[in-house]
Amino acid sequence: MAAAVVGAAGAGYSQKELSCKKKDEFEDILEERWQSSDIQFAMKCYTPAIYKGLSPCKPGTLKTIVLKSEQVQYVIKQLSKETGESSDIIQEEAMEILEEMGHSLRLGAIRFFAFTLSKVFKKLFQRVCVNEEGIQRLTQVIQEHPVVFLPSHRSYTDFLLLSYIMFTYDLPVPVIASGTDFLGMKMVNGLLRMSGAFFMRRTFHGNKLYWAVFAEYVKTILRKGYAPVEFFVEGTRSRTSKTLTPKFGLLSIVMDPFFKREVFDTYLVPISISYDRILEESLYAYELLGVPKPKESTSGLLKARRVLSENFGSIHVYFGQPVSVRTLASGRINRSQYNLMPRHISQRPSKDLQEFVKDIAYRMELIQIENMVLNPGALVAAILLQNLPGMDYDVLVEKTLWLRGLTLSFGGFLDWPGNLSASKVVRSTLTLHSNLMNLVDGHVVLLGGWKEESRLTEELVFQWAVSVLMCASYRNQVVNVFVRPALVAISSEMAQSSKKEDIYRVFIFLREIFSNEFIFLPGSALKDFEEGCFLLTKCEAVQITAHEIIVTERENSMVSFLSTMFKPFTEGYQIICRYLSNDMTQAFTEKQFSSGVQNFVSQLLVTGATQCYEALSRDMQNNALSTFVRLGVVKKIQLANGFTFCADKEAVNKTADKLGSRIPSEQRLISRL
Amino acid sequence: MASGTSSQLAQRRLRIISGHVQPPQTPEALSLHPCRAPTAAGSIPKRRQEVLKWNGWGYNDSKFIFNKKGQAEFTGKRYQLGGMVLPALREWMEKTFGASLEHRTTSQASLNVVPPAIINEGFLHDLKASGISYSFDTEDRVFRAHGHCLNEIFALREGLFRRIPDLVVWPNCHDDTLKIVELACKHNVCIIPFGGGTSVCNALECPEDEKRTIVSLDTSQMNRILWIDEKNLTAHIEAGIIGQDLERQLGESGYCTGHEPDSMEFSTVGGWVATRASGMKKNIYGNIEDLVVHIKMVTPCGVIEKSCLSPRMSTGPDIHHFILGSEGTLGVVTEVTIKIRPVPEYQKYGSVVFPNFEQGVACLREVAKQRCAPASIRLMDNAQFQFGHALKPQVSSIFISFLDSLKKFYITKFKGFDANQLCVATLLFEGDREKVLQHEKQVYDIAAKFGGLAAGEDNGQRGYMLTFVIAYLRDLGMEYYVIGESFETSVPWDRVLDLCRNVKERITRECKEKGVQFPPFTTCRVAQTYDTGACVYFYFAFNYRGLSDSVHVYEQIEFAAREEILANGGSLSHHHGVGKLRKQWLRESISDVGIGMLRSVKNYVDPNNIFGNRNLL
Ligand SMILES: Cc1cc2nc3c(=O)[nH]c(=O)nc-3n(C[C@H](O)[C@H](O)[C@H](O)COP(=O)(O)OP(=O)(O)OC[C@H]3O[C@@H](n4cnc5c(N)ncnc54)[C@H](O)[C@@H]3O)c2cc1C
Repeated sequence: MAAAVVGAAGAGYSQKELSCKKKDEFEDILEERWQSSDIQFAMKCYTPAIYKGLSPCKPGTLKTIVLKSEQVQYVIKQLSKETGESSDIIQEEAMEILEEMGHSLRLGAIRFFAFTLSKVFKKLFQRVCVNEEGIQRLTQVIQEHPVVFLPSHRSYTDFLLLSYIMFTYDLPVPVIASGTDFLGMKMVNGLLRMSGAFFMRRTFHGNKLYWAVFAEYVKTILRKGYAPVEFFVEGTRSRTSKTLTPKFGLLSIVMDPFFKREVFDTYLVPISISYDRILEESLYAYELLGVPKPKESTSGLLKARRVLSENFGSIHVYFGQPVSVRTLASGRINRSQYNLMPRHISQRPSKDLQEFVKDIAYRMELIQIENMVLNPGALVAAILLQNLPGMDYDVLVEKTLWLRGLTLSFGGFLDWPGNLSASKVVRSTLTLHSNLMNLVDGHVVLLGGWKEESRLTEELVFQWAVSVLMCASYRNQVVNVFVRPALVAISSEMAQSSKKEDIYRVFIFLREIFSNEFIFLPGSALKDFEEGCFLLTKCEAVQITAHEIIVTERENSMVSFLSTMFKPFTEGYQIICRYLSNDMTQAFTEKQFSSGVQNFVSQLLVTGATQCYEALSRDMQNNALSTFVRLGVVKKIQLANGFTFCADKEAVNKTADKLGSRIPSEQRLISRL
Repeated sequence: MASGTSSQLAQRRLRIISGHVQPPQTPEALSLHPCRAPTAAGSIPKRRQEVLKWNGWGYNDSKFIFNKKGQAEFTGKRYQLGGMVLPALREWMEKTFGASLEHRTTSQASLNVVPPAIINEGFLHDLKASGISYSFDTEDRVFRAHGHCLNEIFALREGLFRRIPDLVVWPNCHDDTLKIVELACKHNVCIIPFGGGTSVCNALECPEDEKRTIVSLDTSQMNRILWIDEKNLTAHIEAGIIGQDLERQLGESGYCTGHEPDSMEFSTVGGWVATRASGMKKNIYGNIEDLVVHIKMVTPCGVIEKSCLSPRMSTGPDIHHFILGSEGTLGVVTEVTIKIRPVPEYQKYGSVVFPNFEQGVACLREVAKQRCAPASIRLMDNAQFQFGHALKPQVSSIFISFLDSLKKFYITKFKGFDANQLCVATLLFEGDREKVLQHEKQVYDIAAKFGGLAAGEDNGQRGYMLTFVIAYLRDLGMEYYVIGESFETSVPWDRVLDLCRNVKERITRECKEKGVQFPPFTTCRVAQTYDTGACVYFYFAFNYRGLSDSVHVYEQIEFAAREEILANGGSLSHHHGVGKLRKQWLRESISDVGIGMLRSVKNYVDPNNIFGNRNLL
């Protein structure tokens, strides 16, 4: 391995692969909405381009087809055999599931949404920008093949927005797999159904019938080319604005018809939706801190009307290049694996297939990330977080400009108003986030009741944490752009050696530890390392020789900026390790773990032993736990009523040590811990 | 059209196929010493070049041409289509392939540049002494250097062969064959059995790096029916007899085998056995493996055969199945005892039009399920249906095109049918008159359930005709930059539609990717039905103007199509065989152990690889 590193990284990362690919132009679809009648828009002639092999059918017929399908019938018969229940009763159950799940696409509802959303979007957002070339590509592929939309998921707005865009461009409205937590919202629920959403229970592990009905429903829609299918690879809304690690279940369902050659091909369309400001921003922060999520009830949504008076900036939607599953699969999976069993009997997917699905899921997310429009706010947030509680305005402007350069050279897709001065850009960002940041007397501060360390209470810690997490969520929009070079930089600090092999070893460790936090393509550590090295060399932060990586004096500040940007993660995980090592002598449940960490961290914060507010985040805690389980640092034990965990002290300490083996500035912290 | 009596019908069908009725043969059937008995004068002479094209399909006198007026015409008198003008064909070619009469390619006049013969003097000496007929003539050698794959015909027309047989021998009988094989073993020369030369899997192609003398063992002179057993309904025949001669000669005694592969004008009994051939009427008569009762094969380690003519045996694995499909790698099949049936009293063609291919397949599936398939039932897709129109002759009372004769139905019955969707099933019923009529009704009733409407006998008959002329059509295409081929597979019922759609789509896409300028012509038919699945037959052709290496492109696309078939749960081959064309997939098709079994049989039977055509393994 080491030899490979030296050889490959020595040659440098291929320039071509990273030279910022040309991105499409955007078009603001609200512009026309400002100029012409929304009613007319909603009532326009809507004749979307359709799949050439479409066999038209009504939503009701669709349900019957699914119910009568060999797949579902087979499972019904099997269940009846297993449980002794009559198959009629199970059949009825299946019908109920279909009713609960089934969408009922209606043009009327779509028009209603088109009208209402026009109004709402105009109130909330300045612009809704769409890359029209992406739409053109989509228009073509929709007619040729079954299509699956894979948008990023940051907000409930996502799927309303996408359907709205489809309507605007005269494209078929997708059928959406979305969480059943909407079912509580009576009115909205009905409308959503009619606009194409169908519902999936969050957890249906072990419910064979549900799985069968659901899978068949999705596949039937694809096979018939009835409508594009849309779902979120991330599984749920990311509360942190960081891309969540992908889920594989739905992805393998939508690819299944191709694997079984029931369709010639299926196209996946990664879609990146980025918001200058996310509607749910504060809600997410509370959730991350463990305040129970308010159940989405209709009245809750109505209260959200308050929100309507605020400004949420722009939305950018980038439709990526549609990707052919057939092309992706070519040569990678054993093509005859479905030959020996009837296709309606579901088989455990083979290993190569599982690997494939996993790989594709990650690739799709990486494309989402690559095409995600970044805004100045993310840069401001990233800088401000390194200068809490606040900083000089002019310095902020200067640094933002500097970070802009860095972001661009790392391949970030930045939406930077060309006609404005940097100062103006920062200022308008501050205005947009005025609930979070404030400019007073040439000084920018994060709002949220910052108090001097001595007088901290848990309550104040909590208050401040809300602001920090909100701010962090904007910084998080850019972390995946920086993560590779940053991990190389951090590795070179931690390795306390300039030997490439040593640094690579640490890099692998960090990449492994943080693979739940950031998106890395499985099995491509070396490539990630090379990319990181290449980017650092490109901006002259390091020099790479055949065997060494040396941080150049001149750009030392960049390296430390990068490593500080990721400090909340390195430090957060370290703290969690400490907690496991000190406090967790016995087996514990996930709940005990979170609340334990939470207490532990807030104590540290109260006493000023750390500034790592992000360690309070449930998201980080959960990621850390599952990482530790994956690495064998913590054992997960299945009990009758759930799981318990048990930490391997030695391994925990080792991990903590590795994470803590830093240069002097960090040693201070460790001694204080 | 009124149907005649069955013997008339049988005759007529033969005429349709070849129209080439020979004067009745003197029966040699009962000669006790077949070697000394004069061989029957078969339809194809020893010097094949006298009647057959050297660089294309079929008889010299039969081909498609464009006449002075630029209209397509079929020459010769052998086929019903002979001498007729086909006005729609040109436009079809222009439209379908973007072909043009201006852009022609011409075949070289002859293939004289051949590798020099490698002669094993010892073998030649002993061969001469044996008195067995042989030849070094270049034409004779070239004629036996190939089958009818596209690359082979292309090489004849504008290329060359790197390796051809060095010598052709014509054994007169089993004993001659024994002698030849014995000499071959003695002198270590390579033998490639040659039957009718209709192989479509490069099975006859000589391995380029074969350094030994390659002897093409032409079986054509072993072409007698040795006896007919009317009590047990079997006939014992020599393996070199070609299909048309066999059926005609049996017909003279009131019998038939019923084995009618589309190549039956030229292919031989030995070839059928060696490739596991399948005949059009297998629903009644069975495929070749169902038909043979006894096989005699000469191998390097002796003769293999069973000791009785029993209808079925439980004596371990059936040794016939080592022979069937051995593709000339183990030995020469010299004699075969085959089932015969009385010539059916009555034959009737038929056809059904379906609104679309899906419905048609569903109907065939149901027919198979009820096990009431007629002698033949084939479903052509829409493209093939349209192609039928292109072969409409100018003046003929019988040859009204599909479309024309459908037109009158069209207005009345087919209103709901889309001319770009509908497809046709062709049917052939056989048996005694009453049963045929009953059977016919049963099938049409099933068809009706799938929206199928009876569309007359003529259409059915013409459908079968198409199969024979299509082989000639390729030669015409090649004159105008159009190359093509057929290929086939078998697949479980539930995957038929997916397979057909995906394979066609794959071809279209591959062509585009490979820079083929005009969309290719792809069409398929469900050619055979079984209890559990069907045989699907594809035609595929494209205009190669603008491509630098057309045959290579063609091969890449054919490769992709086969990959697609395998990915769709189709078999490597239903009846064309493996040869060298599909060798690369055999291992995955039959597993490592399977290959090992075949290899160990080969190693035992032919350790020195005398039968060195290198098919299969
Ligand atoms: C237009 C056309 C239509 C066709 N239609 C059909 C069809 O309907 N059904 C079908 O099954 N096939 C069909 N084929 C394929 C071909 O006709 C068959 O494979 C046929 O069985 C080959 O017989 P042949 O006598 O021509 O053998 P050849 O082509 O001469 O040889 C084929 C292989 O068998 C070996 N062989 C030949 N004779 C002997 C023998 N006596 N002993 C041992 N090995 C021998 C040869 O070495 C070679 O490997 C068609 C081909 C064409 C060109």
